[in-house]
Amino acid sequence: MIAAFTAPHVAWTAIAPVVIVLGAGVVGVLVEAFVPARLRRPVQLALAIAAPAAAVVAVAALWSGVRDSGGTSVLGGSVLVDGPTLVAWLIIAALGLLSVLLAADRTEVGEDAFAPAVAAVPGSAYEEQARAAGTVQTEIFPLMMFALGGMMAFPAAGDLLTLFVALEVLSLPLYLLAGTARRRRLLSQEASMKYFLLGAFASALFLFGIALIYGYAGSIRFSDITAATATPSQLDPLLLVGLLLLLAGLLFKTGAVPFHLWTPDVYQGAPTPITAFMAACTKVAAFGALLRVVYAVFPGLHWDINPLLWIVAIATMVVGTVAALVQNDVKRLLAYSSIAHAGFVLTGIAALHQRGIAAVLIYLLAYGAATVGAFGIVALVRERSADGSVVGEAGALSQWAGIGRSHPVLAVTFTLFLLSFAGIPLTAGFIGKFAVFSAAVAGGAWPLALIGVLASAAAAFFYVRIIVLMFFTDAQGEAEPAASASAPAALPDAAGGPVAVAVAERTTERTTTTVVVGTEGFAAVAIAVCAIVTLVVGLFPTPVLDLIGNVAKFLP
Amino acid sequence: MSSFPWLTTLIVLPLVGAVVLWALPSTARAAARQVALAFALVELALTGAAIGAFDIGNAGAFQLAETHSWIPAFGVSYAVGVNGLGLVLIAMSAVLVPLVVLAAWREQGSEKAATDRLRQYLALVLLLQAFIVAVFAARDLFFFYLVFEAMLIPVYFMIGGFGGPRRRYAAVKFLLYSLAGGLIMLIGVIALYLHGPGGANGFLIDKLTGVTLDPTLEKWLFVSFFVAFAIKAPMFPVHTWLPDAAEQAPAGTSTLLVGVLDKVGTFGMLTLCLPLFPHASRWAAPVVIVLAVVSILYGALLAIGQQDMYRLVAYTSVSHFGFIVLGIFAFTSTSISGSSFYMVNHGFSTGALFLLVGFLGARRGSVRIDAFGGLQRAVPVLAGLFLVVGLSSLALPGLSPFVSEFLVLVGTFATQPAAAVLATLGVVLAAIYILWMYQRAFHGPVNVAVAGLPDVSARERWVVGPLVALMLVLGFVPAPALNLVRPAAQVTITQVGVTDAPAVAEGSAK
Repeated sequence: MIAAFTAPHVAWTAIAPVVIVLGAGVVGVLVEAFVPARLRRPVQLALAIAAPAAAVVAVAALWSGVRDSGGTSVLGGSVLVDGPTLVAWLIIAALGLLSVLLAADRTEVGEDAFAPAVAAVPGSAYEEQARAAGTVQTEIFPLMMFALGGMMAFPAAGDLLTLFVALEVLSLPLYLLAGTARRRRLLSQEASMKYFLLGAFASALFLFGIALIYGYAGSIRFSDITAATATPSQLDPLLLVGLLLLLAGLLFKTGAVPFHLWTPDVYQGAPTPITAFMAACTKVAAFGALLRVVYAVFPGLHWDINPLLWIVAIATMVVGTVAALVQNDVKRLLAYSSIAHAGFVLTGIAALHQRGIAAVLIYLLAYGAATVGAFGIVALVRERSADGSVVGEAGALSQWAGIGRSHPVLAVTFTLFLLSFAGIPLTAGFIGKFAVFSAAVAGGAWPLALIGVLASAAAAFFYVRIIVLMFFTDAQGEAEPAASASAPAALPDAAGGPVAVAVAERTTERTTTTVVVGTEGFAAVAIAVCAIVTLVVGLFPTPVLDLIGNVAKFLP
Repeated sequence: MSSFPWLTTLIVLPLVGAVVLWALPSTARAAARQVALAFALVELALTGAAIGAFDIGNAGAFQLAETHSWIPAFGVSYAVGVNGLGLVLIAMSAVLVPLVVLAAWREQGSEKAATDRLRQYLALVLLLQAFIVAVFAARDLFFFYLVFEAMLIPVYFMIGGFGGPRRRYAAVKFLLYSLAGGLIMLIGVIALYLHGPGGANGFLIDKLTGVTLDPTLEKWLFVSFFVAFAIKAPMFPVHTWLPDAAEQAPAGTSTLLVGVLDKVGTFGMLTLCLPLFPHASRWAAPVVIVLAVVSILYGALLAIGQQDMYRLVAYTSVSHFGFIVLGIFAFTSTSISGSSFYMVNHGFSTGALFLLVGFLGARRGSVRIDAFGGLQRAVPVLAGLFLVVGLSSLALPGLSPFVSEFLVLVGTFATQPAAAVLATLGVVLAAIYILWMYQRAFHGPVNVAVAGLPDVSARERWVVGPLVALMLVLGFVPAPALNLVRPAAQVTITQVGVTDAPAVAEGSAK
């Protein structure tokens, strides 16, 4: 029996960013219950925009204190607010805010990316009724807030249980959100189901790993585990298996090979703003947590973790790149490219060098900005059906042909993001790649860096393919509307031939043309911010490098 | 006046030109050609002024230097500066770009839509020129690498967007070869920085020169750099992208690609590999010399067998680059001066050859040798120009390539007599490929398809005329150019740490 419960002292200001975001989620639930239907959307929207913005401000207010003190341990050590935590919070909150803007945009067509009645059976009369009534699922926004709060708690966790709770808080809303796409409902629900099943499986492994580590160390507190594993002589199968399972759970969220199989399907099926949210913010959160676990919690086991990280990093880079080479759907291509990027980030982690912390965080910033921007643009390129109404997104790459001629600004912006993905100099992506590869070389992992640059060279191929398609290939729809069904010819010339076969299935029922819809303004702002970040960090990275470099140190 | 940022101006001006062309309002787009030409000519004039500001008496030192901190966290600075070699190469590109603009005048057709394409093409040419100046002027290893990679983008589009029927294949092959080489070099760049003095400006080439490295590491670093430059140059056995690229690209692109861009490879060997890794350079020299001799002979033999004139010229370049590399790795000041001068001459000579082949292609619709015959009677002036330029390519005395080829051979003979003797065979082979091509295309019975073709227009004379004149002038009075490159060569020799072998070379070169 517990004799007396003493409430721990809580430094609320230190965890204010997370509290704000989670609080906004709770308030959002109340809004759903009490605010009249027609006011719900504006209220939810204001809340969902204000909360991450306030979190960014709160992080900025905490910054100098943490830089000087090195960080504080809050809630009796359950949450660690140190430099890497703050950087991760900043990136997650900012990218989350941009993702909310993408989700909020209804485009000039007046429809957002979400189904009017998510619970309805696809194609049922009920669904049609909801569509006709103009129902809006404003629950999207509180769900995003909960996920965002979980993501922010994940890299800040100071014990294994907090880590697990944060993982679940961030995952459960995402499982739901993945199934809410307005178009291609079945694909979306399949994505949701797949993500949920595999995610639940990964969570189980993760939890099992936690149990084993607890069994070994006798504590769930990171500092106790670090002390218990400090001497590498006491190698115990209990510890090794536990660590392996823990890493598997983390690597699942980062989408690293061999835990990547859900990524393409989920990224393709989910509503595009949610895909942007998942691809950018979840990765930052998961890598933030992985960074802490590898660097700060198990420094005594580096020699045992290292081969594992090497294998995973190499496999992730190679599989992501090779699979992306043969994709013909924009979202799938970006999904595989995000897998490859996970591999590049892993080279920075596998460096096990002090430079690796800042390098990984910079990489995540560059990658996240380009990702949100790229998916934001993907959501604007639509198909127009034969009767002239704008329908779903033009996913097939061949439909992107000639966009550079008709919509130069959009195409140039997309090109910027692709160049950043490819790591071409003068973009943020190059700075990120350079940072992780130099960390890898400094840490003695030069073979990883070598494979990394070779994978980058191969990856450049498919990014450039899209650029060529946009600028140097004629749009097939407008040029030959009658014969478009039998025109797979416009695509393969971009790549030099071999992709023709795989396109055939998509081109059989093509009676649509490609249009670019205008935004309501929200998405335009988000895309513009991403483009500016990509350019400015690419051209003048010094302030950002200093900002992150000054605080890139974990609490012991 | 010495503090005027000449090199930055030379980098920024074409960049501005490219942006202006890109953003030209639709009403003014018809004037795109004039705008591009104006920018190219101003650039040429400014280059002349920069040469005026350059102290020729001290051409071995890096002048017109500017250094600004850029990304201190990575040790990166924006640093530019040129010695005699960098300056003549910048000058060469400044001469070639207006001619390429002029040559592209009618290339992309004259319809409304096609003019838009021409505008984009010219913007890419100017963009490329900015990168070219930057790469020859870079004095920070990271900045050099950055431009080295960034250059691929405009060239990729210039081949892939505007070339022949198999252009995309050629463009992708070019990109993948270059990117693979460049990225391997990136590892070397990072590793060199980490073993250098480091700090906020640790990528400055001056800081990295003379760093003592572990011998094994130095060899690996040398290899990582050399592979990138050998692909760029291109040398046997990594030359196979060049014929495809040259065959499919428009003539102007090939001129810049082979005439200027590939020089970055040999320029890099000379100004980075040798000073940064002197021991490894001496260690690798025997292998490199063998590869160079193989390039000379193999390139020439393949050139003899070509039907497509673009491919033929591309293979002659493989042979010529073999000479340049041979001279560099023979480690005598004579051979290195010869190689430096060769880089300039090859730019003019091969550039002119590509442009002339382009003229033929524009008339006949084909550049296959068997599509012609008896051209000399149909287009006598064009034939005359072709002959002069062709003779320059086989290094006829009186034309500037002779001087450089002779210097390379004489300088090489002092240290590597066997290689020099074998390389001399390349000169004989050169006579075969040029004269045999000329004989088949320009002599013999007049092919009916070429009977009515027009002779060179005034514009075309202006494209090739200046190049022929330059080659003649430099052929008889090579001293101004040699005075610029010779001190730089001597500095390199000192850095590599070999004793110069002047003897016969100096005497007979005069």
